[in-house]
Amino acid sequence: MLRDITIGQHFPGDSPVHRFDPRLKLVLTILYIVLLFAASNPLGLVLSILFLGVMYKVARIPLKMIGRSLKPILPIVLFTAVLNLFFVAGEGEPLVRFWILEIYPEGIRYAVLMSVRVMALIAGTSLLTYTTSPIVLTDAIEALLRPLGKLHFPVHELAMMMSIALRFIPTLIEETDKIMNAQKARGAMIDTGKLTDRVKALVPVLIPLFISAFRRADELAMAMECRCYRGGEGRTRLKVLRCTRQDYLSLAVCLVCFGAILASRLVFPNF
Amino acid sequence: MEEPILTARDLKFRYDPEQPVYALDGTSASVRRGEFVAVLGANGCGKSTLAKHFNAILLPEAGTVLVEGINTADEEKLYDIRQTVGMVFQNPDNQIVATVVEEDVAFALENLGVPNEEMRRRVDDAMKMAGIYQYRERAPHKLSGGQRQRVAIAGVVAMRPDCLILDEATAMLDPRGREQVMQTIHRLNETMGITVVSITHYMEEAAQADRVLVMSRGKVVMEGAPKEVFSRTEEVRSLHLDVPQAAELRDELVKAGIPMPEGIISTGECARALYELLK
Repeated sequence: MLRDITIGQHFPGDSPVHRFDPRLKLVLTILYIVLLFAASNPLGLVLSILFLGVMYKVARIPLKMIGRSLKPILPIVLFTAVLNLFFVAGEGEPLVRFWILEIYPEGIRYAVLMSVRVMALIAGTSLLTYTTSPIVLTDAIEALLRPLGKLHFPVHELAMMMSIALRFIPTLIEETDKIMNAQKARGAMIDTGKLTDRVKALVPVLIPLFISAFRRADELAMAMECRCYRGGEGRTRLKVLRCTRQDYLSLAVCLVCFGAILASRLVFPNF
Repeated sequence: MEEPILTARDLKFRYDPEQPVYALDGTSASVRRGEFVAVLGANGCGKSTLAKHFNAILLPEAGTVLVEGINTADEEKLYDIRQTVGMVFQNPDNQIVATVVEEDVAFALENLGVPNEEMRRRVDDAMKMAGIYQYRERAPHKLSGGQRQRVAIAGVVAMRPDCLILDEATAMLDPRGREQVMQTIHRLNETMGITVVSITHYMEEAAQADRVLVMSRGKVVMEGAPKEVFSRTEEVRSLHLDVPQAAELRDELVKAGIPMPEGIISTGECARALYELLK
């Protein structure tokens, strides 16, 4: 049951989006989020979504994956939409009025724009995790945070912790499964009973899990010492992130698109 | 005579300085270059503790450990020592650091600051040596136990150590995984001349070694070629250890009055001797 959980789903592939330098990809994703809020007119949003659609096409990620990534946040989208629908008051007569609720045309406009924007935001960030493996993403974060190292921010340690955590997630999930089965074999009721009972039943699962995690950590630390680990200083990497001309070209194309979308708002402020 | 690669002299060590129990109690041992040594002993006899002294994970309370003539207490040479003596532990899961096989194999080299091109070459060599080159882009948790342990071995071999210490490296593996790992280790020993010290509970593995050390209560109590050691069946038994099945069978046959030759420790030899007798 626990084995189905995947964190930061990644679809390996060989498209230009996959090959794109992860650092630039991360920066562009952040810029894209900013863009969604900066170019908030309908035309801007349509263009942003069009851009995203093209990116998904280029990355050869099936469009139905967008649906899958949106499903968990649907309640939030609906909630914000409903709030906007009822609470945004416009000028002039409301369209519908019943009891104390009033719906204005502006409300509808806001509700639609806001939900579309949130969905585009999720779809955009999902594209990043779909096309970038967690380990590469960690490298990218390490590289982008490196300037902070000058301020004595433990960049290497942070990245090391992230990658070890990623490495041990499947191992610990497997272990949890084993412990749960072991406790079930001794008559523990993990899947049945009231909510409080089920929460209580998790204690005998979590305690062995934590103890074994500490033991693993101990052994891992020793194995790392045996392999001459001594922190980030003087370390080299097997895979060095290097921006190629292709990367800069893609970056330029994306930036031009972003600029055009932003400009569209200034040129056609009424759309 | 050539200087031994590993030397331990009168080691004393205890985990808790307040307890009178010594994990190592006057242990002396030495390993020659290129040798394949198996270390046997019941649980808690100090064999893992001894192994951890050979690459300065632990430092002795008294006595000295020399690795290629360098004292392990010399802190400045710590990384030289760890690079000379690589260590592989029992559970492969707890030794693998990275989420991709080749990145894990590169881990030690990254720590040592090896330049990129050389690193690539050494990583590829180590992976080919351990027979895991075809899995280089896979996630370690998707490999079998034997493959994972070979990833761990490749990660150590990439450092180009002169000596490899295996601390029950096959204990958690199924027979096939064990076979694969042992083949890899013997290949490293024979083709690359890497000295191997293998701590094990499997007598069949020990029987393939050049020399066997038997430990008990923090001391080395028996030492010699596997044939010599395993021929002393009673003595080995008294240390709560088994002998290889073939040696046991030979012993029982001799007791029953069948004249089996001495020094039989492998199944093949035993079968041949029986065949000769039956002819």
